[in-house]
Amino acid sequence: MGTPIKDVTLKPTAPKEVFFYKHVTYITSYSSKKDDYEYVMTEYLRMSGMYWGIAAMDLLGQLNRMNKQKIIEFTVSCQHECGGFGASIGHDPHLLYTLSAIQILAIYDALDSIDVDKVVEYVTGLQQEDGSFVGDKWGEVDTRFSFCAVATLSLLKRLDAVPDIEKAVQYVVSCMNFDGGFGVRPGSESHSGQIYCCVGFLSVTNNLHYVNADLLGWWLCERQLPSGGLNGRPEKLPDVCYSWWVLASLKIINRLHWIDSKKLTAFILACQDDETGGFADRPGDMVDPFHTLFGIAGLSLLGNHSDSIKPVNPVFCMPENILTRIGVAPQIL
Amino acid sequence: MAAQEIDADSGSEFDDDLALQFYRDRPEWNDIIPIPQDDGPNPVVRIAYSERFQDVFDYLRAVLKADERSERALDLTKDAVELNAANYTVWHYRRVLLQALKKDLREEMRYISEIIQDHPKNYQVWHHRRAIVEWLKDPSNELNFTESILEKDSKNYHAWSHRQWVLQTFKLWDGELDYVHKLLLEDLRNNSAWNQRYFVMSNTTGFSDESVVDREVKYAIEFIKKAPNNESSWSYLRGVLALRDISSFPGLMQTCQDMYSENVRSPFLLSFIIDIYEEQLESKTFPEDTLLKATQLCDVLIQVDAIRLKYWEYIKRSLTLRFGKQGEA
Ligand SMILES: [Zn+2]
Repeated sequence: MGTPIKDVTLKPTAPKEVFFYKHVTYITSYSSKKDDYEYVMTEYLRMSGMYWGIAAMDLLGQLNRMNKQKIIEFTVSCQHECGGFGASIGHDPHLLYTLSAIQILAIYDALDSIDVDKVVEYVTGLQQEDGSFVGDKWGEVDTRFSFCAVATLSLLKRLDAVPDIEKAVQYVVSCMNFDGGFGVRPGSESHSGQIYCCVGFLSVTNNLHYVNADLLGWWLCERQLPSGGLNGRPEKLPDVCYSWWVLASLKIINRLHWIDSKKLTAFILACQDDETGGFADRPGDMVDPFHTLFGIAGLSLLGNHSDSIKPVNPVFCMPENILTRIGVAPQIL
Repeated sequence: MAAQEIDADSGSEFDDDLALQFYRDRPEWNDIIPIPQDDGPNPVVRIAYSERFQDVFDYLRAVLKADERSERALDLTKDAVELNAANYTVWHYRRVLLQALKKDLREEMRYISEIIQDHPKNYQVWHHRRAIVEWLKDPSNELNFTESILEKDSKNYHAWSHRQWVLQTFKLWDGELDYVHKLLLEDLRNNSAWNQRYFVMSNTTGFSDESVVDREVKYAIEFIKKAPNNESSWSYLRGVLALRDISSFPGLMQTCQDMYSENVRSPFLLSFIIDIYEEQLESKTFPEDTLLKATQLCDVLIQVDAIRLKYWEYIKRSLTLRFGKQGEA
C-alpha cells in the first residue's frame, strides 16, 4: 500500500479515434522502405514481419494493396528441403517462421503452392520424448513452440499427424502454475505471452477443460491497470502486445467481459501515432508493425470498431473469415 | 505467429565506435564474393543503412552459403552478433564453427557472458549459453552469473528460466531459498521471486508435510501484512494451500478478519475471505449469515476495485446461485 502502481497516464490530447487510413499507409510504406536501418535489422524475423503486415491489412479490409504474387513467391522461396521455413532467404528453418509462412499462405489461399507433406514432416519431427516441442534442430524447448506446432498443423488440416498428441497436451498442462497461468517450461513464472500460447494450444487441440477458467480469468483481468492498458506480469508496465495476449486468452476462455473494455480501448487508441500511423507499445513510443497488428487485432476483439475492422480469431490472430474458409474452428469456452 | 517477440528486446543498438576495417577492404577476404540481402517481395532499392552492417552481413551470407568452417568465419560471426544479436542463424553457425574448430569453450563462456550483459533480454544469447554449459557440463558459474543479471533486472524472464534449468539439471537447491528471501526483502512485489520460492519448494520438500505448509503460510502472511495489496504474496499463499481446506487452517480466518478490522480493503484480502466463506458454504456447516457476509464483501469489491466490477459481480452471482435459498437467486 502506498507504493505507486507501475503504469502510464493517458494525456487528455491522446487519440480517441482509429486513424484507419494512416495505418494502411504506415503498413504499405513500411514494407517498401528497404533502405531503412530498422527494416534491415529485422531481416532475421522477416517472415513474421510480413505476417504482421498482411494480417493487419486483411483485418482492415485492405489486403489488395499488398503485392500478393511477390509475397507468395518470397514465402515459398524461404522453404527449406526439410520442409521448414526460414525468416528470410538463406536463413535457417525455424518453427516460428514456419507458422508465419503458413499463416501468410492461408490468408492468400495459396497453401497449394508448397509441399504441405514436407511441412507436416518438419513440424512433427520437432516433438520431443516428453511431448514438448523444440523450435528448431538446436533444441530450445518452449510452450510457444507447442502452440506453433499445432497451429501450423491445424491450418494445414493435419493435426492428426502429431506423433503423440496426448503427451503434447500433458506437457503444456505441466506448465500450468498455482496462479492458473502458464510459463515457458514447467515451473516457470506465469507470463501473458506464454499463457496465450498455452491456452491457444489447448483451444486448437480441444482441451480447454484443463484450464481453471475462473482462476486464470481473474489473474488475466488483474493485468488491467488504472490507465486501462494490460501488462504481461505483475508489476510490469502496460503494453499493446500484452493487451492482445491477455485479451485473446480471456476471449478463448470466455471471460473477456471481466475487464473494462472502454478503458482498454482508450489505452490502445492512445498508442497510435497520429502523424505516421501505426501503434506503439505505449503512448508516445515509436510505432512498429508488431504492435500495429496487435493494436488493430485488440480493437477487433473489443468489438467496438466493427464498421472498419474485421472480426479477428483470438487463437490464430487472423481474420475469422479465413478460418471459416479453411474450415478450422478452434475451441472457445 | 504472434509471439516471436515475447519479452524480447527488439534488435540491438548499433555501436558507432566500431571503426573497424570493412571486410570488402581486407585482403584475407578477397576470395569471397559477398552476397547482398535478398529484399523479398519488393524490388531492391537503394540501401542507405549502415555500410558496416551491409559489409558484415554480405560476407556472412557468402560464408554461410559456402558452409566455410574457418577461424575467420568465427570472427565474422562475432562482428555479426555485435551488429544484431537477435539473428538466430548467426548463432547456429557460430555453434557449428565452435565444434568444427574444437574451440576452447571456457573462452566462449567468457564471450557469451559479455554479450548477455549487453543483451539480457534476447532469446538467442541465453540459448547459446545453455548449449555451452551443456557441452562443458559445468554449472559452477551459472548461479553467480544469473544473480549478476538479476541484480540489474530482478524480473528478467530469461535469466530466471536459465537459473531454473541449472538448479534442476545440476541439483543445486541448497542456497536457493536464502537467495529468494534476500530478493523478497529487497522487493516484496517481485513476482518472479515468489514463483521461484514455489519452484524450489515443489522441487525439494513439496507441500505435503504439515510443518512445511505451516512455515510457508507464516512466511506469506508476514509479507502480506507488510503490503496487503501485493498480488504476488497472496498468490503464493493460495498456491501453498491449494490442496487444503483454507477455512479450517488454524488462525488463518482470524488473521484475515484482524486485517479487515484494521480497515485493510485490499481486493486480495477480501477475495480470500470470500473463498473461506465459499468453502464453509460447501461444507454445509456454517452460520446462517455466511452467504450474506460473502455477498456483502463482493459489494465492497465492486466499489473498491471498480475496473474489475464485472468479475466481482460474477462471483457474487455465482455464490448466490449456488448457495442462495430458492427464489433468492
Ligand atoms: Zn509490446
